[in-house]
Amino acid sequence: MIKIPKSVYKELEEHSLESNPIEACGYLAGEVGEVKYAIKMTNVDNSPEHFSFDPKEQFEAFKKVQKEGLRLIGVYHSHPSTPSRPSKEDIKLAYDASMSYIIISLCEEKPVINSFKIVDGIVTKEDMEVCDG
Amino acid sequence: MNIKINGENREIEKEITITELLVLEKVKMPETVSVQVNDEFIDQDSYENTKIKDGDDINFLYFMGGGA
Repeated sequence: MIKIPKSVYKELEEHSLESNPIEACGYLAGEVGEVKYAIKMTNVDNSPEHFSFDPKEQFEAFKKVQKEGLRLIGVYHSHPSTPSRPSKEDIKLAYDASMSYIIISLCEEKPVINSFKIVDGIVTKEDMEVCDG
Repeated sequence: MNIKINGENREIEKEITITELLVLEKVKMPETVSVQVNDEFIDQDSYENTKIKDGDDINFLYFMGGGA
């Protein structure tokens, strides 16, 4: 289960729509199972079908949340024209089993957001609770 | 030898390389992580030869990417 504040949920939708047709991506900072805020990251692939983080930005984000006593608990990215589920490439590149992988699909009338855990290539949909805040 | 790994203080008995450290940290494929030692990026080709020193602050993060 992952809890995500309504304001962050909205931010993920907005970031995805602003970046469209390029994939939006970022980290989610928080405590175990509880998102506090989102960190927008540059999609260095600048592509509608792929995303990659910039390692320099990754370390900056990591050190920022560490100073705040938080952790990087999730990664989000948008699928501009495919459903909200991990693609083959998402599964192949999901190296960090500790993360929640959140996918924002823009292929329907309104954005659809789902969260997944991916461990050793096995995908499990994660319950998501959108809470006040 | 006292070092810090991803913000946590650790004690290790002997001198090890970054590759050995990543194995200890259960990283299955070292090529999937970026490593900084004392805020300096370490080239992946150097993981095998770079030895960790007492007091080093080591951070490693997994590559993050995917596709639609």
